[in-house]
Amino acid sequence: MDFYLTALLQGLCFSAIALGIYISMKIFNIPDITTDGSYTLGGVVTAVLLTNHQPAYVILPAVILAGAAAGALTGIIHTKLKINALLAGILVMTALYSVNLTILGRSNLPLINLPSLFTIVSVVNDPNQNTFWILAIFVIVITFLIGYLLKTDFGIAMRATGNSESMIRSLGVNTDRMKITGLALANALTALSGYLVAQFQGFADISMGIGIVIVGLGSVIIAETLINWFKLTSVWLSLVLVLAGAVIFQLVLAFTLSVGVDPKLLKIVTAGFVLVIVSLPRLSLLRSS
Amino acid sequence: MITITDVHKTFNKGKANQVNAVNGITLEIQSGEFLVIVGSNGSGKTTMLNLIAGSVSPDNGTISIDGNDVTNMPDYKRSRWIARVFQNPLSGTAPDLSILDNFRLASIRTKRKGLSVGVNDAFKKQVQEKVAGLGMGLQDKIDQPMGTLSGGQRQALTLLMSVMDSCKVLLLDEPTAALDPRSADVVMRTADTLIRDFNLTAVFITHNLKDAFNYGTRIIQMGEGLIINDLSGTAKASLKQNDLFDWFA
Repeated sequence: MDFYLTALLQGLCFSAIALGIYISMKIFNIPDITTDGSYTLGGVVTAVLLTNHQPAYVILPAVILAGAAAGALTGIIHTKLKINALLAGILVMTALYSVNLTILGRSNLPLINLPSLFTIVSVVNDPNQNTFWILAIFVIVITFLIGYLLKTDFGIAMRATGNSESMIRSLGVNTDRMKITGLALANALTALSGYLVAQFQGFADISMGIGIVIVGLGSVIIAETLINWFKLTSVWLSLVLVLAGAVIFQLVLAFTLSVGVDPKLLKIVTAGFVLVIVSLPRLSLLRSS
Repeated sequence: MITITDVHKTFNKGKANQVNAVNGITLEIQSGEFLVIVGSNGSGKTTMLNLIAGSVSPDNGTISIDGNDVTNMPDYKRSRWIARVFQNPLSGTAPDLSILDNFRLASIRTKRKGLSVGVNDAFKKQVQEKVAGLGMGLQDKIDQPMGTLSGGQRQALTLLMSVMDSCKVLLLDEPTAALDPRSADVVMRTADTLIRDFNLTAVFITHNLKDAFNYGTRIIQMGEGLIINDLSGTAKASLKQNDLFDWFA
């Protein structure tokens, strides 16, 4: 049972990344691969600041700013230099590897015996339950902020930018600036997942971000399948389903491990699982048409 | 209202596929004028419209709107004066956003898109009343995504959206080209009413010579990036539909 609780907690840690991917992929229609780098960046910045005994109110804004800077860089390369978004993301992600290694100073930094977000705040006595409540509150606050943002005039303009660029330009929106802002926001969220995971697992590792984009992507695709299934248009429900997607994704992986699949094969199982969810709706469409 | 002075625009300069889209056009569009532009394909009509809108910037020459030099101003800044209806109904609206959200964006075209929630009950009511005026029965559907509507409905709504915020210039790029005759008629009549009611300066590109004949206070014909015919006022009014066909003979 603990196994599934851990999966649930991990799912909550990854919900920020899922929201980030939801913003870049679904709202802006930009496949953003900066994720692998900005996630590690979030973890690395957290670890280094924690070992330097910085207070929590410094660490959180620092992580958000670092992630936003990485995303903004991808956005600037994409919009101002007119480089394909996928390539722009890969370039920044590659460069971030060196940045992360420089910040971290070595390939792995343990955070044992250091106060973390999960130990400085105590809601209940049981440490696992305490972690759950802190994560839940954290995720609810982020979701609320993003949901509110998407409802504002700025948020509607954001949604229109990925949907009909000619229309939103003729309505007075600088789409380049909007995309840069959007990618900054998406990667700030991604970095927040790095922040949570580094503290949750008790270390930051230079390779913690490898293939992490698939976690966000998988969560968003699960959510999208459900959204299409129930023909939802509400922004709030979509966000809740993205969170659910992140948790379901981790639970499926936990289940795979618990039935005895070799952990070495975890990435191939992940890729296969995402492939299945992507192709399921298409397969059922083929049959009906 | 719009002054275009000796504007040139060449695409793919120096390459085999070089196109001289606009070859030194000087044109003064008066305030309140409803200008119809006709011309065969490749005559430079759409480039002219894009030059006015700012989606394309001229190689040389100047463009000014309402006394402001806008030659190097990007399109999203010119939206202070200009509203557009595109040829493709999909370009003028955001399909995944609700009708209401589309109208919200249109209603703050000239303003900052800030961090406050602008879609409230009062705004919803205002949009419902405006949409009801079209007589398409869309007032009960304003929470639906724009993409669920037909092309004609979307073009009519785009027109209505253009006057949600202060608007001086309305650019219509073959707004009815993708529509069936009846929807096209509704869209054209809506456009004509709005142009009169709001005293807009309008530029209307069309291949439909019947529309070119029925609407507008001035008509120009373009050919190879130049103006080859220009009739306004009584000359336009006394023009016969057959004369227009002769222009293309």
